[in-house]
Amino acid sequence: MPRMAMVEALNLALKQEMKKDKRVLLLGEDVGKDGGVFRASDGLLKKFGAERVIDTPVSESGIVGASIGLAIAGFKPVAEIQFSGFLPPAFDQLLTHAARMRNRSRGRYAVPMVVRCPYGGGVRALEHHSESFEAAYAHIPGLKVVIPSRPYDAKGLLASAIRGPDPVLFMEPKKVYRSVKEEVPEKEYLIPLGKANIVRHGSDVTVIAWGAMVKTALEAAEQSQYDIEVIDLRTIKPFDKKAILESAGKTGRVIVLHEAVKTGGWGAEIAASIAESGIRLKAPVKRVASPDVIVPLLKSEDFFFPNAKTVLSAAEEMMRK
Amino acid sequence: MPLTKIAEFDVKKLEILSPEGKADEKLMPRLSKKDIAEMYRLMVLSRAFDEKAIALQRQGRLGTYVPQLGQEASIIGPAYALSKKDWLVPSFRETGAMIAHGCSVEMMMRYWAGDERGSLMPKGARVLPVAIPVSTQLPHAAGIAWGMKKLKERSAVMAYFGDGGTSPGDFHEAMNLAGVFRLPVVFVCQNNHYAISLPVERQTASKTIAQKAIGYGIQGVQVDGNDIFAAYSAAKKALEDAKNGIPTLIECLTYRMGDHTTSDDSKRYRDEKEVKEWAKKDPVARLEKYMADRKMLNAALKEKIIKKCRAIIEKAVGDVESSPPDAEDIFRYTYAEMDESLKEQAEGFRRRV
Ligand SMILES: Cc1ncc(C[n+]2csc(CCOP(=O)(O)OP(=O)(O)O)c2C)c(N)n1
Repeated sequence: MPRMAMVEALNLALKQEMKKDKRVLLLGEDVGKDGGVFRASDGLLKKFGAERVIDTPVSESGIVGASIGLAIAGFKPVAEIQFSGFLPPAFDQLLTHAARMRNRSRGRYAVPMVVRCPYGGGVRALEHHSESFEAAYAHIPGLKVVIPSRPYDAKGLLASAIRGPDPVLFMEPKKVYRSVKEEVPEKEYLIPLGKANIVRHGSDVTVIAWGAMVKTALEAAEQSQYDIEVIDLRTIKPFDKKAILESAGKTGRVIVLHEAVKTGGWGAEIAASIAESGIRLKAPVKRVASPDVIVPLLKSEDFFFPNAKTVLSAAEEMMRK
Repeated sequence: MPLTKIAEFDVKKLEILSPEGKADEKLMPRLSKKDIAEMYRLMVLSRAFDEKAIALQRQGRLGTYVPQLGQEASIIGPAYALSKKDWLVPSFRETGAMIAHGCSVEMMMRYWAGDERGSLMPKGARVLPVAIPVSTQLPHAAGIAWGMKKLKERSAVMAYFGDGGTSPGDFHEAMNLAGVFRLPVVFVCQNNHYAISLPVERQTASKTIAQKAIGYGIQGVQVDGNDIFAAYSAAKKALEDAKNGIPTLIECLTYRMGDHTTSDDSKRYRDEKEVKEWAKKDPVARLEKYMADRKMLNAALKEKIIKKCRAIIEKAVGDVESSPPDAEDIFRYTYAEMDESLKEQAEGFRRRV
């Protein structure tokens, strides 16, 4: 089995889905000749031609808005937004139309499109290139939000997202794009949306994470004197409540870890769901997140994002209670 | 019912300084020798800044950098036409314009090194911070211009953007507002022929960018963007007109000689031959020829100017690298005052760091 980085796994998923279904189109800024600024669509223009791999003008609202139209016209657009920081101009189209078309048309029209975008920090990038606003999108009824943490999952999740009937925002942690390699089967496979993955079993504390923070959680778990369970949520909307509650019931201690800022982050939703379930915990749920400030430029980046140490100290504090 | 022609438009292009360094004296703007020397120095400084910034980025001492190489005339020319009371609203490829309008070399280096304090404008410098999201700064330019008009200040606003910047909706909204409210604003489009990998012919079906002005009822003009006199002259006139309620869109026809940024590899999408053709139209070289013809420049002087620019830049790098930001800086400017929750977070953070 070949070892692949996440971008390579995504590339393979795109290639296979395009081959399988002629309705699948790729569009976005620099996705064609340049193969995407992160090379996620490298080689696909050559293979599928300019009718199916489309370099667009700088036009996020147009890309997403037109993808809605293409979907209604019978295509399955996979739009790439170059960085999640440039998704806001298309927020209107996602919120006001993509997420609602099925409802507005009483099921007549659907929007089976995928919007892919690299997100998150840790790559020493420019302003607006490091944010994690997944919660803002997950808040929208009608939209699914998927965030893989590793190459294997990225491939199976993207294939599911493309084949699915509803609009999916597929957020790719760019810190993981090339930093991790693992065995990825060349054959097609699907990972269902909405299913979490327990990536490490433990009995003392549950850490729930997604994207690049899964690796941080695992690092913390390795270094901890306690037995830490790590759940990779993989899809944050809808999220796998069953897996979370089972684990919370077992360990009685839950940390939600995300690189997004704390207030109004998706951790709040998860914590609230645990509280509502009535499960008895041994300690209150803790959120380990970034402070409620603007993501700083690179010289201060390390001050901002959570790391294994902050997770460890949260776990230790919980165990002492 | 007849079919009648109800309007006719033309689009003009201004060229003053040829690639051989010959100037059309009739079109030459009023510039003293001192002005020309200073414009030249700013171009050389921009080029030296690029050189150093790219080298530092390669060594991991700087973040992603956006080079200006090849575009120095369309970056410096318009900005040089600004008066101190005018505003500069940059995008991300105008380090030189920002320096020309009051930013220090040190702060620009600090910014590109990823230190937030590099965005703190010196008092009195009417410059907005670098805007990374394409064209989002254009409505701000319209808004500042609106404010200047309401305050009856005779100040205009100059906003920069690229050819790719003509595609997002914000471009349209800013142009339209400028036209409807007769705002004192000048839009400077650096048409460098590429938006990362996308050639301008694929960005727009419009034959020129200048002609887009027509649809908004504002003035549009194309200039040879590698000709600093044309870029300056068009901007000078546009700023005057702006103050009289006539906005202008200036298209500077230029070429990005380097990669899009230090993360880009332009060999993937464009032909070396094309780059070589444009190298013949270099904006710095043609000004040098012009100046040499008039005994304003010789090899020794040129060497001296370059050395001086490099020294300023070296000093800036030293200053930036010897004064990293303190950790708490990230909390200071989220709001005018920290709320309780943020104070708590800052406190916890202080204990940790
Ligand atoms: C809204 C938005 N979308 C995408 C990007 C990523 N991006 C950065 S520069 C660029 C191309 C811009 O081209 P142009 O406006 O012609 O300016 P140039 O870079 O050529 O100076 C793109 C797509 C961005 N910064 N902002």
